[in-house]
Amino acid sequence: MVQSAKYDAIVVGSGISGGWAAKELTEKGLRVLLLERGRNVEHIKDYVNAVKAPWEYPHRGGRTHAMEEAYPVLKRDYPLNEKNLAFWVNEKDCPYTEVKRFDWFRGYQVGGRSLTWGRQSYRWSDFDFEANAKDGIAVDWPIRYQELAPWYDHVEKHAGIAGSVEGMAQLPDGQFQPAMPLNCGEELIARRLKNKFGGMRRVIPGRIANATQALEGRSACQYRKACWLGCPFGAYFSTQSSTLPAAAKTGKLTLKPWSIVTEVLYDKDRKRATGVRVLDAVTDQWTDYQAKIVFLCASTLNSTWLLMRSATDVWPEGLGSSSGELGHNLMDHHFRCGAEGTLEGLDDKYYYGGRPTGFYIPRFRNLFGDKREYLRGFGYQGSADRKGWARAVKELGVGAAFKDEMSTPGPWVFGATAFGEMLPNHANNIGLDLTKKDKWGLPVLKIDCATGENERLMRKDMVFDLAEMLEEAGAKQVKSWDVGSYPGMAIHEMGTARMGRDPKTSVLNAHNQVWDAPNVFITDGSCMVSSACQNPSLTYMALTARAANFAVNELKRRNL
Amino acid sequence: MIPLSEEDPLRKLNRREAIRYVSAILGGVAFTGGTQLLAVIETASAAGSNTAGDFTTEQIAFLDEIADTILPATKTPGAKAAKVGAFMALMVTDGYGPEEQRVFSDGMQRVDSAMREQAQVSFMKATPEQRLALLVTLDREAKRSIDAREANPNQTKTKPAHYFRMMKELALLGYFTSEIGCMQAQRYVETPGRFDPCVPYSPGEPSWASHA
Repeated sequence: MVQSAKYDAIVVGSGISGGWAAKELTEKGLRVLLLERGRNVEHIKDYVNAVKAPWEYPHRGGRTHAMEEAYPVLKRDYPLNEKNLAFWVNEKDCPYTEVKRFDWFRGYQVGGRSLTWGRQSYRWSDFDFEANAKDGIAVDWPIRYQELAPWYDHVEKHAGIAGSVEGMAQLPDGQFQPAMPLNCGEELIARRLKNKFGGMRRVIPGRIANATQALEGRSACQYRKACWLGCPFGAYFSTQSSTLPAAAKTGKLTLKPWSIVTEVLYDKDRKRATGVRVLDAVTDQWTDYQAKIVFLCASTLNSTWLLMRSATDVWPEGLGSSSGELGHNLMDHHFRCGAEGTLEGLDDKYYYGGRPTGFYIPRFRNLFGDKREYLRGFGYQGSADRKGWARAVKELGVGAAFKDEMSTPGPWVFGATAFGEMLPNHANNIGLDLTKKDKWGLPVLKIDCATGENERLMRKDMVFDLAEMLEEAGAKQVKSWDVGSYPGMAIHEMGTARMGRDPKTSVLNAHNQVWDAPNVFITDGSCMVSSACQNPSLTYMALTARAANFAVNELKRRNL
Repeated sequence: MIPLSEEDPLRKLNRREAIRYVSAILGGVAFTGGTQLLAVIETASAAGSNTAGDFTTEQIAFLDEIADTILPATKTPGAKAAKVGAFMALMVTDGYGPEEQRVFSDGMQRVDSAMREQAQVSFMKATPEQRLALLVTLDREAKRSIDAREANPNQTKTKPAHYFRMMKELALLGYFTSEIGCMQAQRYVETPGRFDPCVPYSPGEPSWASHA
């Protein structure tokens, strides 16, 4: 065992939350060690496919037997592809156990899933923060919108969120760069819906973490729509484009890739963490690192895995388990259902450039007097596009005229999937599977999670409502669809170390401190108390910045 | 705003030049990493693969003719010029399951024997008109099979698709993602630089080919 230098703070994980923790803590003067279990990915240099043309991939982005064999989980949905395979976890090295099917799509590298995320960025509102208390579900969020609003402001300005000011109580406006506008097809439906459904079902530009105006070290979006390859212009928010350079600039950051944190070191007399234990993923060497505070930002399930392996001499179920809630209340969003319809009268219109977002229809169910047989609600995310050559597969036709027709844009189709809230449920849990080991001999997680009756009832509306809106708006050939959704697939996993007001029923307090170790903060998706229906990453950023500010103040007051 | 005209500099540039051009117009304003980016571009492999899986040269030539009958040269080059036969062979080898592979290669035999039956000539020796007439028939047969599957998804989802649907799908994918398909049949702009949400469109103007 190597003993190593002492830092002010250790941040575990370099994705969206960890990058923010590193930036905020170093900018406030702390010497920070940022630990990442995977390889380094250098900004721009390591985006090896970012400037490849479609024809330069042997399988044109498609799948092979070899890929399906190596990625048995990833192959269950769109992420398995030839173009950005290097940004997804090696599943042979890092297995897990599914008590029930749970599609866990991971990215173990510097930047984590900030390199591949969908970038949709929406604030939560008090409809979300108050929901558990009003419904008597799980526990109350220990914070309200007002406490997070300045931190949303703070992170949005640095991350660069393009969006429109809409004045909707359920989707607060933010510090936006100019929105990426609706195209003519989307504008048509938005206009026709304005005076229907009491004006409650609105089509607005998707709010996206792609800069529309240059930021420090970052160009504005070039509309290549190739974000998930890594952006050579740094136009979308990632750790690499945004938080890591800011942290590095302070001169106080040490980044160590290939560092698997296996345990938080805990001093039971002082009731404080003293640091972390690290296994070098390449050399298998163990090192203990010491720090005054520890931020766990290792991703929703992995931060909890780490707690379960820590301070087990005091609590057999791990650090933070005294409430009995550690590992419980796992959530995701349920989606993959919605509707589409063909738009007429726009055949003389097209668009130019690859816009990396689409439209958003904010939640309208169970709000403002609407009352359904289920709790909470959903939003829709989609786009209107002119169909490309792929429409030819199912159409009758071969030969010259067919080819020339399929080389030109087809009809306008407006379509979207709903993203629905999933209720927290104590029965949805994760734990250590001591019978299965990963490449490094570490026990893996077992996941036991399923959606319930509330989601089933909500899903009927998720399928029906958009079809109804499209009919009302005059779309033709309206079709609704539902291809089924398993937890994990939305890649919005949340919960397992929830915040709360009471150490008996929650793992973290209102400042994301572990009740049983106040110098340990968890600010990734693990901390979430409910799931809302908005994409959660922007809220992780705001919670992280808020907790980092609190931690530094507490350090100054010698409370940690 | 109107789409890029023929005079627009971005239209005429290849992707390396396009990135250089955009780097230049962005200048020092906010573009960091330009040097690394260019280094990546210089080392990125430009060559597509010519691998053709387990298929023989003759079989690839046969697939080229099928693809070229579906997507012949018109005002833009056809599927054969885009080497679509080799792509089909590679995808069947690397991506299809054993049962689908069998259906596909049986399908190649069936195309040939149907040609002999219909016109007393092998597919390779048939005229473009004879080939087209046959594929129109097979296309209708495949379309009936697609419609039946969609009407009854549970009974059919484990059964392989009609062989001609496989051939047509692979030909379309191979062609429209090829350099010819992107750059000539469609319009491919590596770095559009802006988004115009609504531009005039005249009939016959090609689609935008997507990047990723």
